[in-house]
Amino acid sequence: MKAIEFTLNDELVTVDLQPHMRLLDVLREHFLLTGPKEGCGEGECGACAVLLDGHIVNSCLLPLANVHKRHVTTIEHFSRSKRYQVIEEAMIYEGGVQCGICTPGMVIAIESLLNKDPNPSDAAIRIGLSGNLCRCTGYNMIVKAVKRAASKGEGLW
Amino acid sequence: MKTVKHTVPSVDGKGIMMGRKAFTDDFAEADSLVVKVLRSPHAFARIRAIDVSKARALEGVEMVITHHDVPRKPFTRAGQGYPEPSPHDKFILDEYVRYVGDEVCAVAAVDEKTANAALKSIEVDYEVLDPVLAFEDAIDNDCVVHPEEDIHEMFPIGFEPKRNLAAAYQMEVADVEAVLKESDVVVKHSFYTQAQAHVMMEPHTVNARIDYQNRLVLYSSTQTPFHVRRILSQTLDVPMQKIRVIKPRVGGGFGGKQALHGEMFVSLVTLKTGKPAKMVFTRKEVFESSYTRHPMRIDIALGANKDGTLKAIDCYALSDTGAYGEHALTVFMVAGSKVLPLYNKVDAVRFHGHVVYTNHTPAGAYRGYGAIQGNFALESAIDMLCEKLNIDPLAFRRKNMIAEGETSPIFEIMGEGTEGTAMNMETCKLDECLMRGKALIGWDDKYPRVKVDEDRYRAVGMAIAMQGSGIPYIDMGSASIKLNDDGFYNLTVGATDIGQGSDTILAQIAAEALDAPVEKVIVYSSDTDLTPFDVGAYASSTTYVSGNAVLRAAQSLREKMIEEAAKVLNVSKTSVAFDGKTFSTADNSISLVDLSNRLTYNDDQKQLAATDSYVGHKSPPPFMAGFVEIEIDQETGEYDILDYVSVVDCGVPVNPALARGQVEGGIVQGLGMAVFEKSAHTKKGRLIHNDMLTYKIPTSFDIKSLRTEFTESYEKSGPYGAKSVGEIGIDTPPAAVANAVYNALGVRINTLPITPERIVHALHTLNKEEK
Repeated sequence: MKAIEFTLNDELVTVDLQPHMRLLDVLREHFLLTGPKEGCGEGECGACAVLLDGHIVNSCLLPLANVHKRHVTTIEHFSRSKRYQVIEEAMIYEGGVQCGICTPGMVIAIESLLNKDPNPSDAAIRIGLSGNLCRCTGYNMIVKAVKRAASKGEGLW
Repeated sequence: MKTVKHTVPSVDGKGIMMGRKAFTDDFAEADSLVVKVLRSPHAFARIRAIDVSKARALEGVEMVITHHDVPRKPFTRAGQGYPEPSPHDKFILDEYVRYVGDEVCAVAAVDEKTANAALKSIEVDYEVLDPVLAFEDAIDNDCVVHPEEDIHEMFPIGFEPKRNLAAAYQMEVADVEAVLKESDVVVKHSFYTQAQAHVMMEPHTVNARIDYQNRLVLYSSTQTPFHVRRILSQTLDVPMQKIRVIKPRVGGGFGGKQALHGEMFVSLVTLKTGKPAKMVFTRKEVFESSYTRHPMRIDIALGANKDGTLKAIDCYALSDTGAYGEHALTVFMVAGSKVLPLYNKVDAVRFHGHVVYTNHTPAGAYRGYGAIQGNFALESAIDMLCEKLNIDPLAFRRKNMIAEGETSPIFEIMGEGTEGTAMNMETCKLDECLMRGKALIGWDDKYPRVKVDEDRYRAVGMAIAMQGSGIPYIDMGSASIKLNDDGFYNLTVGATDIGQGSDTILAQIAAEALDAPVEKVIVYSSDTDLTPFDVGAYASSTTYVSGNAVLRAAQSLREKMIEEAAKVLNVSKTSVAFDGKTFSTADNSISLVDLSNRLTYNDDQKQLAATDSYVGHKSPPPFMAGFVEIEIDQETGEYDILDYVSVVDCGVPVNPALARGQVEGGIVQGLGMAVFEKSAHTKKGRLIHNDMLTYKIPTSFDIKSLRTEFTESYEKSGPYGAKSVGEIGIDTPPAAVANAVYNALGVRINTLPITPERIVHALHTLNKEEK
């Protein structure tokens, strides 16, 4: 079995694990990263979202082999960035966090959305976040947070 | 007020957003045994024989538990005050399985793969029995869901298991039938609500270990840690002092975690093997094998005079509790007690009904707790009555609904399993809620409908609602607060933050009482060893009940601090003023930091602390008016929710952003129940909608606009004027949407969810009738 090599949170790592393991389990159990969460295990809820080469993916559906030679970023690393600070301030300001189990995945979705569209319309935000379920907030406050982040963080994305 | 009624950031939001270790599964020991449950493929069966020999022989399997291996002691999983109003009708494991997904046996293995392999190797010989699936046929059915003799109620709740009755009740004020007969206009209609799923994003999760003091320590994603400790102790015969339950961050509950789910099995495994164990429900298990909302049929009859005076309400409710009677009576009671007092001026009112066992997934607590079901029926029927009377539905409500200073006999008659508590509405801004909502939605321009194009209409609909604030004389909350050197505080509370932000709310209340900034109040909650008792997060009780406990404890600590400052300043305590930072007299002062350091290290040393508790003497209802605007296609019945306006009287919102979050989150869950969330079974009783693909909850794309406002209101009995706000948001959407659909197309949908199919079907029926 060939070891799998990928960049995790800006560090080159090599793991000797079954290639069909779910990336989510590798992150949580092997690397002890508690940011990605398992909400459904079937790719519907987005609580396990991470960035793969800058794009959002559900880590519960991704076999480890698929990240070979690629860049995986979890909330733990993204939270050190300037863009995260802007999103965090906006989410806290607008009350976008309740129970918080969807939040790391939601923040990853916001980053991925703003990467593609730094100034999204209301409708674009609602479509952009529709792969991340939240049962607490009703979404309004999260949508407002994205708008605030986009305006406060102008030039960052 | 410096802190209360201000939006302060939640005390824990940042750490959780970064993904720091916070939730139950984050605390599982790395070497935990994985506990998995073999679940029944049959809606009703008796286990003739079960062969677990292959599973036991499998390498890596540490334990297999069947009904032969556990004490046979009936209990209820419902996390409620003791003695519970729910029947003790459940066994840890039983020879009977009563729904598809019920527990057959449990295994513990070194990893998930081995545990799953062990489950597959187990051979069960089932005697398949005829199930009871149609809840309207359950009473006195030949098939009896609970034939066993050794189950019981804790006090009279109408429990007759041989008749498939988990509970029954009736009350009547005056002679309803006589008043209905005298009424000029009568409306009678039946309404059906579905088994809504909670779909909290964190599945039910629990893990256990034996600590260095040889005690069983659980981390559990629960709304009721103290009830979990008690029920484990009673059922497993482990002395209560040997058990510690810690509730870490909970990823949503909504009532679904007001019960034990995996706690019994991980405890059994850890107690027997001495090894740590964990259980995380799969999403399918969350759907099939935890809790749902109680489906109900509600038959309602309203009588009114031509002048628009409501004279009588007659309400019969039939509730389906599924295989076990958890929360059976109490949810049913709330369908009356927190709905019917909305129209308190009637001459006669009756509420009666039955809660039946069926072979479906057990129903349990779910935000709204009966009130959403009752509200859908009553507020739909009110609109039907207005149509018949040809009276504006808002004018009718304003004339007949409850107002400040008034009461309803129902408060005294109906409690949750016991008698209720009489109370006057010290705060009820329902009229303001209604009038403000009317203006915000633009009712006068939009009611009943506006044509958009050939096929499409825009229409508005509305409903009013009430809830409660805790369960009076039963549910108690408590708090301890201590002063540390350097002048900051630790607040420990039994109250259970499940994501609603109660840690922040309670810190704000303490901070207000101590004139302290919120960051000087460090909150730790819900640990049966370290925090004082609280019943937990349910019945919209935390802000009101636990909040009052915090207020008392903080005020008492403040007194003690002033006493100590007076000693140092050598004056009487009445001449000391405290602004949160400094104790001062006319000519002298000492800072809080100096006083706390002095008391800790230098002179007359002592720990200043205060503990207090609170049990409600009433349950002041929050009120709201909810208005929806929809756009609907008359050919396809498809519609969009364009806007939802909520105007809420929850007393003083302690933290306006968090209160808004509660209301809007509730609205969207209520819209889910009204519009999207289907719950259907196969003919053999298997749940069809058992994953997130087929069970559709609202996404950000489905919600276009939510507007939420709070009326000025101050509830004297609440902490700094607060009432509750956790549940009220969920109640109005079903009736408001049903009323909007009627206003658009003239069809009355009486069954949730209100799908395009149901609308088109109703339109066809209407067309046939018209022809």
